Amino acid sequence: MADLKKNSTIPTYRRLQPGTQPTRLYEPYKSTRLRNPAQPLIYLPHTLSEITGPVYGHSPIAETDNDLTLQHTGEPLGERIIVTGRVLDDSGRPVPNTLIEIWQANSAGRYRHGCDQHPAPLDPNFSGAGRTLTGDDGTYRFVTIKPGAYPWLNHHNAWRPAHIHFSVFGRAFISRLITQMYFPGDPLFDHDPIFQSVPDEKARQRMISKFDLETTQPQWAVGYRFDIVLRGPEATPFES
Amino acid sequence: MEHIPTPSSTVGPFLHLGLTEKHSITHIAAPNVKGEHIILRCRVFDADGSPVNDAMIELWQADSEGRYRHPDAPRANECDPAFLGFGRTATDEKGCCEFETIKPGAVPAQDGISQAPHISLAIYSRGILLQLYTRIYFAADSANEHDPVLALVPKERRSTLMAHPDSSRSGHWLFDIRLRGENETVFFDV
Ligand SMILES: [Fe+2]
Repeated sequence: MADLKKNSTIPTYRRLQPGTQPTRLYEPYKSTRLRNPAQPLIYLPHTLSEITGPVYGHSPIAETDNDLTLQHTGEPLGERIIVTGRVLDDSGRPVPNTLIEIWQANSAGRYRHGCDQHPAPLDPNFSGAGRTLTGDDGTYRFVTIKPGAYPWLNHHNAWRPAHIHFSVFGRAFISRLITQMYFPGDPLFDHDPIFQSVPDEKARQRMISKFDLETTQPQWAVGYRFDIVLRGPEATPFES
Repeated sequence: MEHIPTPSSTVGPFLHLGLTEKHSITHIAAPNVKGEHIILRCRVFDADGSPVNDAMIELWQADSEGRYRHPDAPRANECDPAFLGFGRTATDEKGCCEFETIKPGAVPAQDGISQAPHISLAIYSRGILLQLYTRIYFAADSANEHDPVLALVPKERRSTLMAHPDSSRSGHWLFDIRLRGENETVFFDV
């Protein structure tokens, strides 16, 4: 029978460490119960199919795609913010030219989405979606509005801490990351099963952006830094 | 130095706003792309057998000669420039979504172990905190017998990884994903 372990001529990616990613079946988050496998996952040694991925040919990025405050004729309501950071791999190498997509609620905690039932106002000047590519050093930057907290039906009096959804591609199909960025000091962290689904305290902190005075622009917008770490290839003997 | 990767999280119920409303890719292979053109219809079900109507599927595949369009892949420069090999879209109210693509070729490995034609799949939805990876193989393809990944899967579960031709429409293939429960799809730890 064919043996995948001999497949050593391609770079393999570091495995995710236990506890540093969310628990798939996390009882307090009710929707996980019907949508995650009961059988254990089958360990797959990496082949070309895993370590390659879509790095070319994303649809073009428009000029206002990374500034969510400029996508309509008027200005959206709420607290204008700058969110910036770098995308790195787990060896600390920048991930250049990779697509980042974000989506979020408006300042009142309402999504521009047909399924959002929260009785908070929509903002005619805010769509809540953006995209950009990282630069050569992995840097990205968005201007947006600080999203509001919003209620959901998971349990009695359930509220999501304010967050921005982030989608990042990286270099491989298995480096693909979809996550949520939070804001420092949110009192709802302790009550949010989605945030709490990551067991490792240090890993959880990686989802929280940091206030950054250097990014903050006087008389204009408060700045937050959010660095994103993706899985990367294991160092080869040829690298130092 | 090793850094801990940022934890994944769920796409939530409003993923369409950022990912699929304007940026779905369902036409993976234009008509002039070389290969056997197929329409691939995927359906997603939860543990109760109810359709999952708010999932997103992403797929990644080689071209008809088994080449990936990627800098780390051999023969990448020989790929058809019109073919990227990536698709994504959201499921509809019936838990379905459709892609127009080509059947990928066998993917040769450097050590001579070739992989049978297959498509890599990632599934995202509310309730899924970390994307689920699976693969689509093509039922009755003789290369499946020697595929090194299928060999890792217990025999009785291999059928969950097979797309089947739609007997009523030629060129159409069907693939069901059962997230949990009876005939649960095989998912991979990558
Ligand atoms: Fe959200």
